[in-house]
Amino acid sequence: MSDLFDIIVIGAGPAGMSAATEASRHGASVCMLDEQQTAGGQIYRNVVHSPAARSRILGADYRAGLLMTQNTNESGVVHRTRATVWKVDKDGSVAFTVDGQAEQIRGRHVILANGAMERSVPIPGWTSPGVMTVGAAQILMKSSGIVPVGAVLVGVGPLLYLVATQLVAAGAPPKALIETQTKSDLIAAMPHFLPALKGWKQLAKGMQMIAALRWAGVPRFKGATEIEITGGASVEGVRFRAQGREKTIHTTTVFLHQGVVPNTQITRSIGLDHEYNTAQHSFAPITDDCGQSSNSVFSIAGDGAGIGGAKDAALSGKISALNALRQIGKITQSTCDGMAKPLLKRRRAELAIRPFLDAAYPPPASVLRPADDTIICRCEDVRAGDIRRYAALGCRGPNQTKAFGRSGMGPCQGRYCGLTVTEILVEETGQRHEKVGSYRIRAPLKPITLKELASLALPQETDKSK
Amino acid sequence: MTTIVIGGGVVGLSLAYGLLKQGKDVIVLDGEDDDFRASRGNFGLIWIQGKGANAPHYAMWSRRSASVWEGFAKDLFAETGVDVAYQNAGGIDYFTDEDELETQVQSLTKLRGDLGGDYPFEILDHVGLKARVPEIGPKVIGGIYSLMDGHVNPLYLMRALSIAVRQAGGQVKTGARVVDVDAQDRDFTAILADGTKITGDALVLAAGLGATDLSKSLGFAAPIRPQQGQILITEKLPFFLKYPSGTLRQVNEGGVQIGASKAEVGFDDDEDIATSAILAQHAIDIFPHLENVKLVRSWAALRIMSPDGLPIYQRSPRALGASFVTCHSGITLAAAHACLMPDWLLERNNAPDVSAFSESRFHV
Amino acid sequence: MFKFIDGEDTQTSISFLLEDQKIEATEGMSVAAALLANGITTFRQSAVSNEGRGPFCLMGTCYECVVLIDGVHVQACMTQVRAGLSVDRIPTATTGIEE
Repeated sequence: MSDLFDIIVIGAGPAGMSAATEASRHGASVCMLDEQQTAGGQIYRNVVHSPAARSRILGADYRAGLLMTQNTNESGVVHRTRATVWKVDKDGSVAFTVDGQAEQIRGRHVILANGAMERSVPIPGWTSPGVMTVGAAQILMKSSGIVPVGAVLVGVGPLLYLVATQLVAAGAPPKALIETQTKSDLIAAMPHFLPALKGWKQLAKGMQMIAALRWAGVPRFKGATEIEITGGASVEGVRFRAQGREKTIHTTTVFLHQGVVPNTQITRSIGLDHEYNTAQHSFAPITDDCGQSSNSVFSIAGDGAGIGGAKDAALSGKISALNALRQIGKITQSTCDGMAKPLLKRRRAELAIRPFLDAAYPPPASVLRPADDTIICRCEDVRAGDIRRYAALGCRGPNQTKAFGRSGMGPCQGRYCGLTVTEILVEETGQRHEKVGSYRIRAPLKPITLKELASLALPQETDKSK
Repeated sequence: MTTIVIGGGVVGLSLAYGLLKQGKDVIVLDGEDDDFRASRGNFGLIWIQGKGANAPHYAMWSRRSASVWEGFAKDLFAETGVDVAYQNAGGIDYFTDEDELETQVQSLTKLRGDLGGDYPFEILDHVGLKARVPEIGPKVIGGIYSLMDGHVNPLYLMRALSIAVRQAGGQVKTGARVVDVDAQDRDFTAILADGTKITGDALVLAAGLGATDLSKSLGFAAPIRPQQGQILITEKLPFFLKYPSGTLRQVNEGGVQIGASKAEVGFDDDEDIATSAILAQHAIDIFPHLENVKLVRSWAALRIMSPDGLPIYQRSPRALGASFVTCHSGITLAAAHACLMPDWLLERNNAPDVSAFSESRFHV
Repeated sequence: MFKFIDGEDTQTSISFLLEDQKIEATEGMSVAAALLANGITTFRQSAVSNEGRGPFCLMGTCYECVVLIDGVHVQACMTQVRAGLSVDRIPTATTGIEE
């Protein structure tokens, strides 16, 4: 048995919550599916249950998520928590699992608001236990109230500074920041600086964070290259080169960050059109201003359509909801356009800082296209050099390198090696990113038991649309 | 002069490999990453029992291929260092229905007679089967074991052939979609999408479903169609399953592969839940302990089917020196294609007699 | 090494088992966080190289923190702790076909 909704929203971060709330406000039946225990996404994760002391450390931007989650909870949205979506069909059917039970529902329209994931950071030693992402450090604070002692943060981008200052506030200052940003990155970003002043509040926050780190005496090593995590069986330290000197900092915990990229697993699995964003070094599904994808049944909201941040995601969610309502005939085209117009204007203001951030905090070439002996596919232990050897054997795209060497065949379904394999093949074959393409993503998007799958033989549908 | 092989899948590469061994110059033309590729989606069996139930010549041809497979795998390993995980411990067909088992036994018994008695298989009841495969569930009423069957890692086979063909001096041009062929006797020009022209004095059309578009200019009827098959693969498990079956095998990396459906849906290679749910239930019926095992991936691929399901080996009626090779069983037949077929492609007297696989059988 | 944020309520303690080791945690923690807080960073071995692996993304995408609970391989970062939980490491048995 499966249910039919007017609109299914996948993801309960700022984009998903605002999309679901807006759609519900206009009388649509809405089901919001999300993997977490509570609404909020990664950015506002656990905000409803966060103790006061923890929320204070995480800051005002985090606490702002509380109101949004409350609004969502009070709307008529059917919020399915702990729901792992593992298949989406081109007709709007969605299969998911809650506590080991598989279910299927269908939406007349589906808003994909599954957000971003951190860019993979394939550097020597990154598979050692004790190496995590900077996002992981923040999740440990938000959802479990624990902080690392004497950690080293490695990489580039605003989140690096944010998490570092949060760790300082939590009484666990990082031992060091090892930053890959170079002077020439900053010079390249300068042409984008004036337009970015529209986002002066965000710029000011960035300056405050950097000042706070200086105040706390956290050492920062800029322009670091040849970064390597030492240890093996467990982390012992980070070795790198900065200002012409090799240096090693001893630690048992390393957090990596090279920005975030759209999570395109679902959008790829249903064959939507994608394009490569050279400024953000990632693929994103092609959408119009209102989030409409190349399939009329699907809109895309938030970072999943290109990185814009939490506030932009909330606006984009609202706009996508209007688009979805128009697609299913709940509102007219002119109503949709009229309501979307001011939101689109606010989005433009919100995104003004983005070209500056993209240029100022780029992933270095050594991360995009790692050295031969660096593992790029963690699931199957495939190295960058393997991909280059397969390219020499005539592989033109990631699906053939996958067949030859299993990169992308593990349980993460190529989430962490996909962009890297494409980058290496672009370099090796001289083709464009779009031509090289990406993995063909197949069900299940996340592993499920055979029992869960078998339980779905011969489903039927009941109509819950209004 | 050069033989042009159109198609760089397992069939095309196996033939190219065999031709190179016979001292021919070969250029293989292969398409794009996202083409329909049966070589990437197949099950990996070298399967004999029951194959060609109503076509003993096909049963015999498959067995002949199986008999040269071990040497083929050894050669590939020696030349490329790639172990294609060839296993020939035999295979087991599992049954949960008495009537189906009885029907299959009759079919195999008839084949045994047709083939002069040399067709080993063993019927096992539940107890006998459990002694050999303790993990079977109560729904399994019996099975048929045959030592003729085996399996390989079909993706490693592709990689090994890719390396071996290059090492033997073959050229492999990928991203080279052939849009047209100019065919004269012993004079062929393949025209690529980018306008490049490749010339040779012989040509083998082994382009799978892509053969349809090129068949007319070479005078082939190419009565082939896509038939969709879906397959599941689980997470890696400790080794437990020694014998492959037509629907279940443990691959050398540890995952259990579950197959395979058959659907006439045209050029649709999307997997669907209705089909994969049935495959999952089948796997649980045979091996109940798999119910809590995680499925990592499912996929659909397109078989290349002729009207009777058998291979087509056809010389061009229009231009001397052109041949058409297609089959849906490219792994089982890979060894025959590499070791036996070059003599046929080279029009030698000692070539295997594959006349029964010509297109003329479809002309009523 | 991890510690609790200053001022966190660590009194409402829950305990569960990792194999035969008693693990202390607080309500609302994920199994992955609880193990990290108890100094455990290696959760499993790579099925390919046998090298140790531990949590990486903590948001359910990387599958590095998989453990065995109730006979099923689950992501420790996506599983909440509860009293009496019994967590095992997944078997490190070598995969692949025996010769």
